[in-house]
Amino acid sequence: MLSLRRRDIVCQQAVEMVTDYLEGSLPRRSRRRFEAHLRACPNCAAYIEQIKLTIELTGTIEPEDLTPEAKADLTELYRRWRSE
Amino acid sequence: MDTDLELLSRLRDGDEEAFVMLVARYQQPMLRLARAYVPSRAVAEEAVQDTWMGVVKGIERFEGRAAFKTWLFRILINRARSAGVRERRHATVEPHHAVDPIRFDTNGQWAEPVEPWTGDSEDRLEASTWGPALQSGLEDLPPRQRRVLVLRDVEGLSCDEVCELLDISPGNQRILLHRGRTRLREILETQIAKA
Repeated sequence: MLSLRRRDIVCQQAVEMVTDYLEGSLPRRSRRRFEAHLRACPNCAAYIEQIKLTIELTGTIEPEDLTPEAKADLTELYRRWRSE
Repeated sequence: MDTDLELLSRLRDGDEEAFVMLVARYQQPMLRLARAYVPSRAVAEEAVQDTWMGVVKGIERFEGRAAFKTWLFRILINRARSAGVRERRHATVEPHHAVDPIRFDTNGQWAEPVEPWTGDSEDRLEASTWGPALQSGLEDLPPRQRRVLVLRDVEGLSCDEVCELLDISPGNQRILLHRGRTRLREILETQIAKA
């Protein structure tokens, strides 16, 4: 159990600060409190890791391959645009 | 792999192969972005096609000050906006929780421990496993969140680029990003718990 001081943040507040923290837009004092909370709270530390993994995985979503038909259609259009 | 700028310079000379390579590179990302503006795949495809026409015919106007991708997305967003349903400029802001309040006790602390996804589950975090869930989660996001997520986290654009492209403030961008990311995390958490 964490012993809370008046200015400490609780987990439910911390999870709402994660994006601002990762974006580097928390004011300095809030950032220090947030980091102190992360050091003391393994659950929130795990949570922010989950968010980082989510971002990483979102970045690996592969585009579907372009169908040969779509490619042929666009090539056809390209020739038309060029000749216009 | 040829860089965008190399392909563009070949495109200026009317090189069809360069056009096909650009299409292969950007058609699907453009469709994904367009779908965050318009109600159907057909309309999205039309907006993308219009964009390619704009590129071919307006190639001389590309000054190379921004990355090609940003220029391309800007043209697309303009076309998709005019094809999409008119939106209220200020949509009502609904209450949002990064994490369901039920997961916290009355002191605002986690009621149950948060399971780390790393370690044992690392192997389970293969992109190929969760790709489809993330993909459909992304498609179900409200359009404004979806646009920010696609541009920031899928396409890797910077906050500044996204704010400029979408004409939103950095604060607004962060709110949309926060909502989108926390929603996708929730989806992954559910999937991982089921696995």
